[in-house]
Amino acid sequence: MSAPSQARPVRVARRDADAVGRRTAWNALFIAPYMLAFLVLLVVPLGLGMWLSFQDYDMLAGYGGPVGWENYERLLGDRIFLGSVRNTIWFVIISVPAFVGLGLFLALLLNDDSRKSSFFRSIFFGSSVLSVTIVTLVWRLVYMPDRGLLQNIAGMFGLTAPNFMTTEALALPGIAIVTVWWIIGLPMMLFLAALQQIPKEVYEAAALDNASRWRVLVSITLPAIRRTIVLVAVIEVILQFQLFGQANLITNGGPNNASRPIVMFIYEAGFRDWMLGYAAAASQILFVLMLGAAMLQMWIGRQKDGG
Amino acid sequence: MVLGRGVKKLDLVDMLLLAALVGLAIVWVAPIVWVIGLAFKPNDVLMRTTGGIFAPPFTGKNFRDILATSAVFGWMLNSFIVAIGQTFLTLAISTLAGYGFARTDFPGKRIAFILVIAGLAVPEQAIIVPLHTMFAEAHLHNTYFGLIAPRLAFPFGVFLMYQYFKGVPREIEEAAMLDNASRLKIFFRVVLPLTVPAQATLGIYTFLHAWNEYFWPLVSATKPEMYTLTIGLAATQTNFAQTEGIGFLMAQAVFAGLPILILYLFFQRHIVTAVAGGAGK
Repeated sequence: MSAPSQARPVRVARRDADAVGRRTAWNALFIAPYMLAFLVLLVVPLGLGMWLSFQDYDMLAGYGGPVGWENYERLLGDRIFLGSVRNTIWFVIISVPAFVGLGLFLALLLNDDSRKSSFFRSIFFGSSVLSVTIVTLVWRLVYMPDRGLLQNIAGMFGLTAPNFMTTEALALPGIAIVTVWWIIGLPMMLFLAALQQIPKEVYEAAALDNASRWRVLVSITLPAIRRTIVLVAVIEVILQFQLFGQANLITNGGPNNASRPIVMFIYEAGFRDWMLGYAAAASQILFVLMLGAAMLQMWIGRQKDGG
Repeated sequence: MVLGRGVKKLDLVDMLLLAALVGLAIVWVAPIVWVIGLAFKPNDVLMRTTGGIFAPPFTGKNFRDILATSAVFGWMLNSFIVAIGQTFLTLAISTLAGYGFARTDFPGKRIAFILVIAGLAVPEQAIIVPLHTMFAEAHLHNTYFGLIAPRLAFPFGVFLMYQYFKGVPREIEEAAMLDNASRLKIFFRVVLPLTVPAQATLGIYTFLHAWNEYFWPLVSATKPEMYTLTIGLAATQTNFAQTEGIGFLMAQAVFAGLPILILYLFFQRHIVTAVAGGAGK
């Protein structure tokens, strides 16, 4: 069998333009191990979760049969749950602009090959590799009312530092500060990657025109990375909707439920009170909220693209 | 500064920006330096004040206490086993599946691919309650497998490898195919060596994620001897109110954070590209 005569039927049998070789069921073996994990550990629990959200299933009281929308109706009347939705949305509103704004600011300042920039990049990215428990340990100590770092510094000026952990209005902003400190590295790096894609010639032309740096920023740089700005905003919305560890460890949802996010509500309903149906229903609402927020943002991004 | 590539002289704006940058950097570094300082202070001093961390007395007692009593070594070992296991398995199944989707054709491929892509939108929290019940039924809680497995289902790695394979020139494989090499042989001999950069990206990303994972280990590893580092430290934090142990707690934080920070300093360049490249896809 000569090689060239083999090549022809191979090409004809192919349907996917990027594929190489014959279309045969054997090839499915490549995806089989992953698909097994995907189906058993993602598709099945997703379906099970949806089913569960329509059941009266309390681990302590036992299975009470299907209840229709009752779990959802109860959630909509549950002040703790509604508070957690409000808290989560508020947290997203205050933290995402900080991630986008500060991430972009740092990226703009550190977008060169100098040693100085690489040094600062390491600092701002470094905290991202720490786990949430270490970060919260550190920050609980910073926020500690009598002997915390914040109070030590404020004390030098004869002031009293605000208490982020026990003041209702400050609990979520305090957690937002910790979160930005923890993972500002990712948005910064995404913006840096985008900035490096901008051709240098564009800036050289602007320099010839003696354009001010503000003008360069507004009329060249920002439009060039518009897609990345939308991408970072979408990623951060999705990430910050999942706020859990920081709130659980720093404030435990308090004071007076002021910092309890949805995921913590799910954790408490599902794994402390063992109300599985109820927790599953809350999970579905979180899922829908996240999808909705992400789609809304992409839609807004597209509108701006067109106009 | 890059805001104005055309401007050469260091003007007032440049200086203000530099000052802002240095100020921010201090905010980023100060808490860590302070905590490291506290870890070397005797607990009875910390009871009174946490100021003056650079002044004596210093002590190594907190770290000696860790070596003597803390379970932190066991937790670290658990974290390592889970993170390494998850990384290895994720790389294996994602690479195979990414190749299968990008470069081969088989009946049902389109529908399977659409399913997997839709799976990208599913957050962990949407499935954690039923998943916990399933694992309880199967007696998989408090096992390494139970800690490793759930993350394998998330399609991110498959998607990353798929993207990567799409960018590899087809001609390389077609040439091998003309030589009548078998599909598997092509995959292992020709294709796999080309994927090392993508493997590194996905590997680092997966390892960091596994090392820092919080929610699933919190509900799955309930026996202290199965705690990962993250969960073990979380458990000790509940003692935070009894402040006599601040020095010990801080020493534990330093002890737990240091290995990953050192790894970060060594592999900085790769980690940064891995995380940025991974999320940008």
